[in-house]
Amino acid sequence: MTLTPEEWQALQLSARVAACATLLCLPLGIALAWLMARRNFAGKFLVDALVQLPMVLPPVVPGYLLLLLLGTQGPIGGWLNAQFGIVLAFTWKGAVLASAVMAFPLMVQPVRLAFRQIDPRLEQAASTLGASPWRVFFSISLPLAAPGVIAGALLCFSRSLGEFGATMAFVGNIPGETRTLPLAIYSFTHVPDGEAAAMRLTLLSIALAMAALLVSHFITRRAERMLGCNEEQVR
Amino acid sequence: MLRFDLAYQRGSFALSAKAEIGAGVTALVGPSGAGKSTLLALIAGLLVPQSGTLRFGDDPLIDTVSKTCVPAWQRHFGLVFQDGQLFPHLSVRDNLLYGWHRRLAAERRFTLDQVLALLEIGPLQARRPAQLSGGERQRVALGRALLYSPRLLLLDEPLASLDERLKQQILPFLKRVKEETRLPMLYVSHLWAEVDYLADRILTMEAGQLESGG
Repeated sequence: MTLTPEEWQALQLSARVAACATLLCLPLGIALAWLMARRNFAGKFLVDALVQLPMVLPPVVPGYLLLLLLGTQGPIGGWLNAQFGIVLAFTWKGAVLASAVMAFPLMVQPVRLAFRQIDPRLEQAASTLGASPWRVFFSISLPLAAPGVIAGALLCFSRSLGEFGATMAFVGNIPGETRTLPLAIYSFTHVPDGEAAAMRLTLLSIALAMAALLVSHFITRRAERMLGCNEEQVR
Repeated sequence: MLRFDLAYQRGSFALSAKAEIGAGVTALVGPSGAGKSTLLALIAGLLVPQSGTLRFGDDPLIDTVSKTCVPAWQRHFGLVFQDGQLFPHLSVRDNLLYGWHRRLAAERRFTLDQVLALLEIGPLQARRPAQLSGGERQRVALGRALLYSPRLLLLDEPLASLDERLKQQILPFLKRVKEETRLPMLYVSHLWAEVDYLADRILTMEAGQLESGG
């Protein structure tokens, strides 16, 4: 199966957008998941609802809102452009942001669950051994939540690969800039004789998703071994 | 050495405890639900009292009037939990050295080798907590607390999760720790046999109340 330069471009762009969106979601998702799992604060319910919102809205809606806020005419987008010369709308960076917003809830949920499953007394034990809250987080909580973080990152990556509606609304369908795999497939199905290309990209998407699943499977297995989950209990 | 006068309330449970704890092993006994573990958590800094004071020597750790509350990780008290609470992702060796790394070289009172010999856990070093028996786990937990060089060792029913045979195995280790380290210890238990064997002094707690004449 050989790909045309245009198809290659879509593949590379998709991989880059999904990877960047995952990297963007990781620190934010971990921090928020920890807050939701371990702290009570005013407005927690609202924050939770806001994070989940992209999952239940038609994807075009967050995309359109991003365009209103972050478009070059929008209040934040205009400021970013004037102050730093950063343009998000109709660029691949905007595609990263659209993907990240849509995939963020999928990152937060498993990580939050993983934090909740950690016995708080392990963290307390670490603090009675002189570990500051930051050290407790990095030496105990985060390593123990690793399988959840991996699962979250995988879901986030896969969701980003599949992002369509928000991307279309916020950054359009520009070949080489914002035309990711799903948008390319969509475009190919709308031109005469595009079926073969659409099918190639479809197979490619399946292969990419399988690869992501396999990678996550192996990393999770390793993490679980590291955590001693598969070890036999001896009495 | 340790002096406290603390009041703590959660729901319908109210705790009020006032005592002074000196060198040697002080046993804290009482029926379950009396608030022994809660008191230990207050001393360790895992819970914050509504009012009261806690001092170690000249060091004020809690004073609700001046709003002082030193966090657990800065109190330098060791705490051994009922079920060890070893870190499952770390080897026995890394568990043992977890608190040791948090201390400056000059503050360390024991070496790893001393503790391994004292508790006879040398051969377990490379294992994971999941591969340890209950008794081994508690010995490692005790070793981990000792290697932190605490100025006070808090023990929350460290033998409660063990069967009779294992208890008899671990008690001599605790006695050895007491005699060889001279660390002041506060030992929570509801078993008189343990207390008679180890303690120099006994405090009793009932329905959240601890009052001691000293």
